[in-house]
Amino acid sequence: MDRQFRSPAAPAGPRIRPAQHDTVENPARITARDVDVFYGDKQAIFDVSMDIPEKSVTAFIGPSGCGKSTFLRCFNRMNDTIDICRVLGTITMDGEDIHDPALDVVELRARVGMVFQKPNPFPKSIYDNIAYGPRIHGLVNSRAETDELVISSLKKAGLYKEVADRLDAPGTGLSGGQQQRLCIARAIATGPEVILMDEPCSALDPIATAIVEDLIHELKEQYTIIIVTHSMQQAARVSQKTAFFHLGRLIEYDTTETIFVNPREAQTEAYITGRIG
Amino acid sequence: MSAPSLDPEAQANSLRRAQVRRSLTRRNRAEARFRALGMVSALAALGFVAILFGNILSRGIPAFWQYSAVLNVTFDPAVVRVPERPVQGADQSDADYQTALLGWQRRFSMVNWNTLISRAVLDAAPAGVTADQRAVLSVIDSGARFVLRDLVLQDPSLIGQTVPVRLLASADADNWAKGKLDRSLPDERQQLSRPARDLIDAMTTQGSLQRSFAWHLFTNVDSRASPASAGLAGAFVGSLYMMLVVILASVPIGVSSAIYLEEFAPRNRFTDVIEVNINNLAAVPSIVFGLLGAAVFINLFRLPLSAPLVGGLVLTLMTLPTIIIATRSALRAVPPSLRQAALGIGASRTQMVFHHVLPVTYPGILTASILGVAQALGETAPLLLIGMNAFVANIPATPLEQSAALPVQIYLWQGNENRNFFEARTFAAIIVLLALMISLNALAIWLRGRLERKA
Repeated sequence: MDRQFRSPAAPAGPRIRPAQHDTVENPARITARDVDVFYGDKQAIFDVSMDIPEKSVTAFIGPSGCGKSTFLRCFNRMNDTIDICRVLGTITMDGEDIHDPALDVVELRARVGMVFQKPNPFPKSIYDNIAYGPRIHGLVNSRAETDELVISSLKKAGLYKEVADRLDAPGTGLSGGQQQRLCIARAIATGPEVILMDEPCSALDPIATAIVEDLIHELKEQYTIIIVTHSMQQAARVSQKTAFFHLGRLIEYDTTETIFVNPREAQTEAYITGRIG
Repeated sequence: MSAPSLDPEAQANSLRRAQVRRSLTRRNRAEARFRALGMVSALAALGFVAILFGNILSRGIPAFWQYSAVLNVTFDPAVVRVPERPVQGADQSDADYQTALLGWQRRFSMVNWNTLISRAVLDAAPAGVTADQRAVLSVIDSGARFVLRDLVLQDPSLIGQTVPVRLLASADADNWAKGKLDRSLPDERQQLSRPARDLIDAMTTQGSLQRSFAWHLFTNVDSRASPASAGLAGAFVGSLYMMLVVILASVPIGVSSAIYLEEFAPRNRFTDVIEVNINNLAAVPSIVFGLLGAAVFINLFRLPLSAPLVGGLVLTLMTLPTIIIATRSALRAVPPSLRQAALGIGASRTQMVFHHVLPVTYPGILTASILGVAQALGETAPLLLIGMNAFVANIPATPLEQSAALPVQIYLWQGNENRNFFEARTFAAIIVLLALMISLNALAIWLRGRLERKA
């Protein structure tokens, strides 16, 4: 297999064209240094270091089981919820170590929102789904404030028009794409600085996917977004920077343009042209 | 079928199809066999339930109607010779007055009420029927004299008047009238004398001895001296108190320990031991919990014997493992995506559990709790070991008073020496217990339906 990566064979599939983005790179918001992740004795992530620029979309791509989701979950310490999972190395956000014992993980998760692979609205009303986060974090003090925040979050997630007349209806009654946008609205409502998206479109149909991708475009003006995706087309469409993972290692991390047009590594080239993965 | 072909591929295909068809026949037969077996066992189970209920109902329902007679009792002043009710004098102390009052009440017990009863019975009997007082009194429940005494105690102005009073027939008379005694037996083997039997027959044909609904089954307490008036009130209230104790103790303790073990406790050797022990406790015979209760609650904590509080605590011990195990499995069934959603938005672990995980498990926890409580309600063995099989003839006012319990009452009546009368009684008590259980289960199902619709 390794030999195949090194072989200078011509690309097998058609090239994917990344969308044109401004090439000026924003300053780094999150820095990961020498991150190792273990599940029990098994090492899932090997020595990954990278800087995530703010107010842009960074995509993690790679074949199944390459560790991209595991690495994503390091940024809001969701891996803490798995008993056997250990994370080594340092991750800093605005220069603060997120593993600092003085930092409460709840506070971190209020700053780093997350959208999951499968839409997972709470079995409550649309309104309560969004109001829950701000309420527990004490961000709203009155019903009027809550109403305002719920509506503005729904508007940002592009869902308001569709649900304006049924905010009391259960969130689980929406379509898959609407549910995922509800989850995005829920993440936005707590006023995060970073939004992690773990394959947010893998359970959605192409039309719903397109809507969510447009939404990601808009959201990056305000938020730092990290998205894990199985679809290279999606990475090319939405991201400014792309990281390619393979077998728990970061193989290549560069602008999306470079990764898709002129990758440095043979493995990256093999993956994006469809020869591995 | 198709004509024989020389094409080897077509031949191989038709051979394969034939093989599949053969295996299909085999599979269909196996499926039909399995379905038939399932149907047979379901029908058998249904049949047994039908037999059980048919048996209980056919034998228990007659006990809800008992023979009684409305007699015109004349409170003859010559028989009821009691002084005037004492009045507290100005110079009399409270204690002295109480003594006087008790003495006055004691005089009532010395009145020969039986004379009044036998006179009233003979009055009501058809003309020409004669019987000695002994025979007459054997027709009426021996508790009747206390009914008359209490009437006069409450209202002394009745003396000298004639009042209609409904008096229960004795257990033997009830049996005879219901035809449960063998009429062909010779006199010396009959429980009732010939004049008494004739009197009963005459009074039933005449209509003065009639069947009516036995309300006293629900309002009276157990009685050994006058079995016809024995009731379930004490046992019913005792069981209600125990249920209350079980609900108040086992549901909060069971649910919170399940939540702690499932959601918060670290996974280590210690919690593993606890887990194994809880699972084992669920399989411990209930009588062992009775021993434990006797040792801990009665010998160590010095709680009273035969008290519903102790019974409830013992049953709590027995119910806890059921509730803990059911609650844990309900918690485990909550999809991880819900937990991730809560944690991802920055809920603390406690908030995740109490705001999101618990609400979706309410129906499961509720059903488990009610079924656990219903199971405890029907438990007899552990209660025997803490003295609840004692004969208690009062309705407990508090859970600390001595009391009977429904399943134990069934056990006691089942063992009563007056088999003929108490057999039906036993089944009647079983019907009451089953009705209580079925209503509890119905409540569980209704509440679960409501909560599930809400969620």
